[in-house]
Amino acid sequence: MDTLTATQKQYLEQPKERISGSEAIVRCLLAEGVDVLYGYPGGAIMPVYDELYKYEDKINHVLTRHEQCAAHAAQGYARISGKVGVAMATSGPGATNLVTGIADAQIDSTPIVCITGQVPSHLLGSDAFQETDIVGISTPVTKWNHQVTKASQIPEIIARAFYIAKSGRPGPVLIDITKDAQFEEFDFQYKKCTGVRSYVPVPKTDPSSISAAAALINSAKKPLIIWGQGIILSKAETELKALVEKAGIPAAWTIMGASALPTSHPLNIGMVGMHGNYAPNVLTNDCDVLIAIGMRFDDRVTGKLDEYATQAKIVHLEIDPAEVDKNIKTDVAVLGDAKQSLLELLPQVNDNSHNEWLQKFKDLYEIEYEKVIKNDLHPTKAGLTMGEVLKEINIQTKGEAAIVSDVGQHQMIACRYADFNITKSNITSGGLGTMGFALPAAIGAKMAAPDREVVAVIGDGGYQMTIQELGTIFQNKLPVKIVVLNNEFLGMVRQWQQLFFEKRYASTEMVNPNFVAIAKGYYIEAKKVTKREDLAATVKEMIDSDGPYFLEVCVEKEGNVFPMVPSGASVSDIRLE
Amino acid sequence: MATEKKLYTVSVYTENNIGLLNRISAIFQRRHINIESLNISVSEIEGVSRFTILIHMSEDQIKKILGQIEKQVEVIKAYYHTDDDTIYQESCLFKIKSDLLFEERQIQNIIKESNAHIVTVNKEFFVLEKSGRRAELETLHKALSVFGIMQFVRSARIAVTKDELKITEMLNAFKNQ
Repeated sequence: MDTLTATQKQYLEQPKERISGSEAIVRCLLAEGVDVLYGYPGGAIMPVYDELYKYEDKINHVLTRHEQCAAHAAQGYARISGKVGVAMATSGPGATNLVTGIADAQIDSTPIVCITGQVPSHLLGSDAFQETDIVGISTPVTKWNHQVTKASQIPEIIARAFYIAKSGRPGPVLIDITKDAQFEEFDFQYKKCTGVRSYVPVPKTDPSSISAAAALINSAKKPLIIWGQGIILSKAETELKALVEKAGIPAAWTIMGASALPTSHPLNIGMVGMHGNYAPNVLTNDCDVLIAIGMRFDDRVTGKLDEYATQAKIVHLEIDPAEVDKNIKTDVAVLGDAKQSLLELLPQVNDNSHNEWLQKFKDLYEIEYEKVIKNDLHPTKAGLTMGEVLKEINIQTKGEAAIVSDVGQHQMIACRYADFNITKSNITSGGLGTMGFALPAAIGAKMAAPDREVVAVIGDGGYQMTIQELGTIFQNKLPVKIVVLNNEFLGMVRQWQQLFFEKRYASTEMVNPNFVAIAKGYYIEAKKVTKREDLAATVKEMIDSDGPYFLEVCVEKEGNVFPMVPSGASVSDIRLE
Repeated sequence: MATEKKLYTVSVYTENNIGLLNRISAIFQRRHINIESLNISVSEIEGVSRFTILIHMSEDQIKKILGQIEKQVEVIKAYYHTDDDTIYQESCLFKIKSDLLFEERQIQNIIKESNAHIVTVNKEFFVLEKSGRRAELETLHKALSVFGIMQFVRSARIAVTKDELKITEMLNAFKNQ
């Protein structure tokens, strides 16, 4: 149970008081410990904004430049803090603009609560101005959603929204509130939600599944751990490290699991999946016991399913019963919260080491290093690589920055080469692959963790999808560091066109504007690097800067990301070139 | 075999909330699964609804679908059953010209033999109701269609299980937490 802040206590279970629905919404947020929310006003949510004005000393509303970015900022906030992010928008287009962020939060299990205004209840279904069925629209992409038409429902529904968003496998919740409910007065009192009778957030762990898992792990000669975001969501980083070290098991991560175990850990053998590391992908099809923890065997991780680890016994530690046997048939499923399951598992696991097996990973790493990594990080060719930019960021931030990446080649490079020495350091759009995610998510991340260095690494394509958020960064004086890796292409699609569509570069070449001038137009310090000799100093200047900083690095136009598991191929058929 | 397709009845106990139908039907729609029939009604527990969904699929698939259904916050519990696990019925109504009842002696025999019952008769038409298994309903439909049917409608399958479903215990357990 989280401890309550003084502000929260002030708004919790106070005597009943007659207030409007809109004031109740703000007080509910305060009772839930919300200190910042992201949003955009409009007709159907105006009463709430009027209350936010009155409460502005207690709750900070950040005006994003587009509602999609309010949702992404809330995601960034949630991902780095582990708390619930909040986004707010008006009805109609305001609400529909949130949907991409909501879908992203759903597939990446991010706890956010979105509050939308709705036309007055007597106009529902009449095609009123800015009316849209946002509850209907958001149903498939929310963990839960609800429409409120009476002020008296507000406290219970908002309490439930926060509870559902953050409990169990987290996810987005949308609450749609009609304008008449915002105006209506009622006797307000707030109680936190502690349970919903139809909802089991964390399934019971069967002790026999723990001992079965331990037996498989103890008998394994070539065990492999693959962990996902479940470790981060259940705050099980210490327990993961303990298991890895005690049983001496090489451990790989999915893109969403990155940073739960430091990059420098000797048993951290890298990323799995389409652009993951060579060794863990190849050896997935060689291990004898595969221990999957808080990950969901996404197709980008598994490649061809019927050639995925068919030789191995599969142990799956998972909080969501719907994920068990969904893609990969497990031999032992351990249902429950990852931290709790690991705590129960640890005493039953024998001290062990698998040096010969670990050596195989090291040998394959050497191959990957020679064929790929060396050229990415220490290129001898003239053109700048994305990898060397990441290398400089690592040096300047000592691998302690939170890297917020967008979607595409730069994202894969960032995940592959960023040093993640602190947990919750890889904030990216994993499941949905939402271009435009990084800049607004970096806003939320920086505000939730002002003491951390937040570096947004973005491609020139995705950057232009949400570039207007420079305005939010400027207005709120947020010292976010923005690095655009400009190859004048939609690079990942171009790479596929090169490899699989005989270099027919259909609609992937971009003629870009003067990015530095645009950043400067928002009064953000900006520089462009085109030469290797300027890179290190400029990255240093960026990191040393106290305010927001924009850095454009012109990288080679047709660089490719390798290794690569071609779509539909087996993970062990991963290509190095 | 778990991959062989057959007819399954899915029983879903849920809270009685607006929007839940949308949420559950979206699970099928997203996976391009056709719902053979769907019935939503009250259940034996006050305030708890019961969905009865008939689908044609493999056991492997249905287990995954059940996981997706149970994952919905307002779903209390979902089960799947084969025909052998349940007692099930469908119901249908025939609207037929009243003249035929008097002119075609055969119709009266069909009604008697099929255990259908007449709901109402007036000068223009009469309405015949028949509950039972799909095959019985189809047989009756075939027999009557020779004479001409003005309107026909068949309900979704409803089913109760032979085994006990422990929903009340589950809800009590929550109350006592």
